Formats: sequence, C-alpha cells, structure tokens
Amino acid sequence: METATVTLAARELVKRYGDRTALRHVSLSAGPGELVAVIGPNGAGKTTLLSILAGIQQPDEGELTVLPKGVGWVPQQAALYGKLIVEENLFLFARLERCPNPRATVDRMLELSDLRERARDQVSTLSGGNRQRVNIAIGLLAEPEVLLLDEPSAALDPRQRARLWEFILRLAGVGTTVIYATHNVQEADRYADQLIVLADGERLFDGSPRELEQEVGTTGLDFEEAFVEFLHGRGH
Amino acid sequence: MRWLLLKDLQILRRSPLLVALLVLYPIVIAVLIGFALSRGPEKPRVAFLNQVPRTANRISLGGEQIDASKYANQLFKAIEPVRVSSRDEALDKVRSGDVLAALIIPPDITQKLQSGLEPAKVQVLYNAEDPVKARFVRNTIKAQVQDANTALTRQFTKVALGYLDLLVTGGKFSFLGRDFDVLGLQKAEQILAAAQRDLPRRSALRGQLEAVIRFARLARENLDLSDDVLSSVGTPIHVEQRVVKGGSTPLDAFAIAVAVAISLMFVTLLLAAGTLALEREENAFPRLVRGLVSRTALLLEKAALAAVCSLGVTLIMLAGLGLFVDLDWGRFPLWLAGLAGGALAFAAMGTALGALAREVRAASLLAFMLALPIVFLALVPSGSVAPTLYDVIRVISALFPFKAALDAMNAALNDSGGIGVPLLHLGALFLAFGALGRLGLRRFA
Repeated sequence: METATVTLAARELVKRYGDRTALRHVSLSAGPGELVAVIGPNGAGKTTLLSILAGIQQPDEGELTVLPKGVGWVPQQAALYGKLIVEENLFLFARLERCPNPRATVDRMLELSDLRERARDQVSTLSGGNRQRVNIAIGLLAEPEVLLLDEPSAALDPRQRARLWEFILRLAGVGTTVIYATHNVQEADRYADQLIVLADGERLFDGSPRELEQEVGTTGLDFEEAFVEFLHGRGH
Repeated sequence: MRWLLLKDLQILRRSPLLVALLVLYPIVIAVLIGFALSRGPEKPRVAFLNQVPRTANRISLGGEQIDASKYANQLFKAIEPVRVSSRDEALDKVRSGDVLAALIIPPDITQKLQSGLEPAKVQVLYNAEDPVKARFVRNTIKAQVQDANTALTRQFTKVALGYLDLLVTGGKFSFLGRDFDVLGLQKAEQILAAAQRDLPRRSALRGQLEAVIRFARLARENLDLSDDVLSSVGTPIHVEQRVVKGGSTPLDAFAIAVAVAISLMFVTLLLAAGTLALEREENAFPRLVRGLVSRTALLLEKAALAAVCSLGVTLIMLAGLGLFVDLDWGRFPLWLAGLAGGALAFAAMGTALGALAREVRAASLLAFMLALPIVFLALVPSGSVAPTLYDVIRVISALFPFKAALDAMNAALNDSGGIGVPLLHLGALFLAFGALGRLGLRRFA
C-alpha cells in the first residue's frame, strides 16, 4: 500500500506486561475505507494491539508511523452510561470531544446509527445490538479517519449482528478506515479487506482472506477450517 | 469537567432510591448518635412516700422558715415519682419491679432537722435487678440529698453565726416566746474597763478585773474569726472548675457537631467512591481518559460533586436541627468553612477508596467498613484507655478526616477553639488522599 493512501501505520510494536510479552514486533497499515480484521486465539494480543492504536496504551518498542487525524475507539463492552438516555450519552461525549456543533453531531449520529426512534430511551433498556450501535456512534462523534472496534459483535444475535455490519459497512463506504478485532472468523472472511492473524503476540499473517486460504492450500474447506489449519501449521 | 458533573447529576436524578438512601441513612445514624450523646437515661420511676404532715413541711431555723417541699421538687426533676400512701405499698412496688426504688421520708424529719439534736434520716429501698439503672437511681438520690444537706448546713451555719454575733456584740434574744437582753462581750469589756478605772490604784481587784477584761477581749477577737471557720466546717471542700483543654461545649451542641460530621462523611465518601467506581463499571473510564478528560480532572470532578452534594445535605440537616436547638446563625460563614473543609477531605478519601476498590459495591462496602471504626476511634475520650493506646488512637484518627472535620465543625458551631488548625489538617488530608486516588487510577482501567 502506498504511503499516500495510508491512514494508519504502525511498525514493530512491542508490548510487555511484566515477564509476558503481549505483542512481538507487530506492524500494520491501513488505507481509507479499508476494513481490517485482527483475528487470533484468546490471548493473542488483539485487544492490546487495538488499545495501542487507540492511544490508550503506549508500546514498549516500535511506533505509529502514520497517525490519522482522529481515531474512534469502540471498546468490547459498551462504554455507556446506562442511566442516561441515548441522546444524553451522545451529547456528553460530543461535548467532551469538543464538537463545534454538538446538536448537529448528535443528530447526524442518530441518523447514521438508525437510532432516532430510540433517542429518548435509557441506555440500560436497549438491546445489546442497539447498545453497541450507540457505542460505535460515540466512537464516530469526532468524525475520525480510523475507527477501532474491539469484538464489535460479541454477544449479539445473528439479526443484530447483521444490522451492526450494515452500519459498519456504511461507514467504510464513506471512507472511514475500520480496524476490528474479532473471534468470529466468518465475520473476518465476509467483511475484511485485510486480515491480520495474531497468536501469542506474534503477527502470523497479513493479507486478504483469500490469500490466507491460498497459503493454507486447502480448497473445499470453509474459512474457519482453513484458519484452524493455518494455526496448526504454525504450531498454535 | 462541567459536562461530567452534569452527567453525574443526571445519573443521580435517575437514581432516587440511591439518593434517598444516601441522604436518609446518614441522617438516621446521625440522629441516633445525637440522641445517644445528648439525651441522658430516662427518668427512673421511684416510689415516693412522704410521711411528713402537710402542716409540718416548714422548718424554722434561727427565725427563718425553710420549705422542705422545695427540695422534693428538685428531686422530682431527676426522677419520675410514683406517689404511694404506705411503706408496704412502696415495698411492693419495688419488689414487683414497677419502680426501681422507693424514697421514704419519715414523719419526724422536720422535727429532727429543727432540733438539730440528732440527724434526720430518709430511707431508700432499691431494686437492683438492672445494675445500671440502680446505680443511676442511687447516684441521683444521693446527689439530691447531698444538695439538701448542703443547703441545710448553710442555714445551720447562718443560725450559729447569729448566736455568736449576739455573744460578741449583744442584743435581743427570743426563746419560748420570751425576750432576753444579752449584754455581749463587747459591752461587758467596756463595763469592766469602766469599773476598773473607778477602783483605787492599790486595790487587789484591779488585777483580777484586768484578767477578766483580757479574756473578754480575746474571746471577742477570736469569735470575730468564727465566720470563716464555720463556713469552712459547713463546706469543707469547695470545687473550683476550670477547663484547661477543649472547649466548654454543652453535650447536646457537641452531639450536633458529631451528627453533622457523620452525615458529611457518609454522603461524601459514598458519593465520591461510588461515582468514580461507576466510571469503571460502565467501561467509560478508558474512553474518557483517552484525551477527553485527564485523570486528575476526573478525580477533581468526583471530589467536587461529592463535596457539593454533601455540603447541601448537611446544610439542610443543620437548618432542620436549628428548628429544635439553638444554633448561632451568625457563625454561618464558619459553618460553611468547616463543612467545605470536611467535605473536600472526605471527597478525596472517597475517590481514593473508589480508585482502589474499582467497583461500586466494593467501594461502598469499603467506605462503610472504614468509616464506622474511624468515627468510634475519634470519639474515644482521653483517659478512658491506657495512655499508649490513646496515643495510637490519636495517630490513627489523625490519618483520616473525621476527627479534624469534627473539630472544625465543633469550632464552627460551638466556638470551642480555633477552626484554623482543623482546616489546615483537612487540607493536608485532601492532598494526601488526592495523591493516593491519583495513584490508584494508574491501575484503574
């Protein structure tokens, strides 16, 4: 990928927690409108990688070589105030993000997330899917170039998951770079342009889902089986 | 920071049960403690049998009438009298537990007091099933009898002094309806001196009269000193009371300071700890500190919210208490200073607890578990435990804001010493707990 079209790039990221190394020299880059899936077994370092890209944690080694204008961060568990209504949550974060026109920003997010009718509902009364949409909408308030999603569809039923992906694809369609960590390999296969496979903090693969299948060389298997085969082949 | 404050207020507004508990619980605790501190034990029921005839209620001493019922009324302020008509009835009531004691005044008490020839006696019968109440009754009756004894001794002394004065200076004296002229030592001395002057120079009687005159002078001069001696005999030990440490705060006024400090502590601690821990429970903390709000600003916001809310609650509480007790509203600025100092120190402690506990329930539990012993330790009076233990208690109390907040509120409400030192202490604790809270936020997410 050419530098001119890269919105986010990181080189040789290392993160240690005491004696344990959570990330081992991981590099990546992503362009506008690109959907990047970070997959791997539990403890692979997916959340650590995303939290470094979000600026929540600092790497022990390595650096972010291309910094986007803004990074929206959507943690795995909805970071929302259950006692507030949807609109109040959006307003609060719009003001904290110092959006020039919080009212207009909130309206735009309610439209984008298709939550206009639920705007006056207390967040604690929303379904998991709707809560996650509010969670993502908050990540988008400052109109970031890059949106980081940690397990965005975890604990959602298939219908909610489908609606959520519709929403995410719409964002990518307007040029937002979306980097998401997931356990759901099918979601990576279906939606990702680029796939980063992590295991024990090490980047094992960086390419498209099709390239992964080709690397495994197992035609006739579904993607999940191909992924498991890939991990076995790499000793995981 | 103001948007976070607004958000927390919105959350509180939507949690009426929590707010009600937060406000009511400390007030209930405070009122209970206030009652326990300010209210003495209930008046004990004591059977009272007065066998003195109504016509013999007055004692005549030295021409002055003393009404014995005055002392009974004083006693009735301390006990709940149950009037009985016989000694047997009094005894039955004590045995049955209907009353804790019986006080029997014999019919001849006024005669004995008046004659002064033998001591007058009252009889007290106790029911000692409840040792605490029995001791209280014993002490109450003893104190009242002591008061009556003192008053009567004063009267006897006055009478005796009158007689001595009569002996020294002379005058009229009434006895059994007859008046007598008493010459007195002074006049006797003058008469003897005049008689001595009229005697021939060589008369043997001159020397004898001189000896009598010297005796009369000596007796008069020494009897003049008898006022002080008799006063000392009447009240051999005088008690001179002086406060050398701490103010002279009445117990109920101190109870208000305790109640206010307790309410301030509970509301502030729970709010500060709970709202900070809630940021983590709602997973909002990482999102907030990702450039939206600094950790220090977040701590300050929680501290400010808790301090302002508790300040409001305690001011309302003081206004309510003001309806029942006499509070000096002229000292309102000092109240505010004391409350603000205490609220900020408690708020900093609350944020430290919230940062360390990291969960609302754990933070609330920790706040309760810490707060109650801190209160009890701060209320331990000196002299009630061994000196070394008391020093340890003082050090522990000084590490938490309750004692300093209590001192500040006591000074603000009751003028019991300066408020400056407690406020400085609270300021130091605010900084120390603030630093601890900030440290706790490093591993908060």
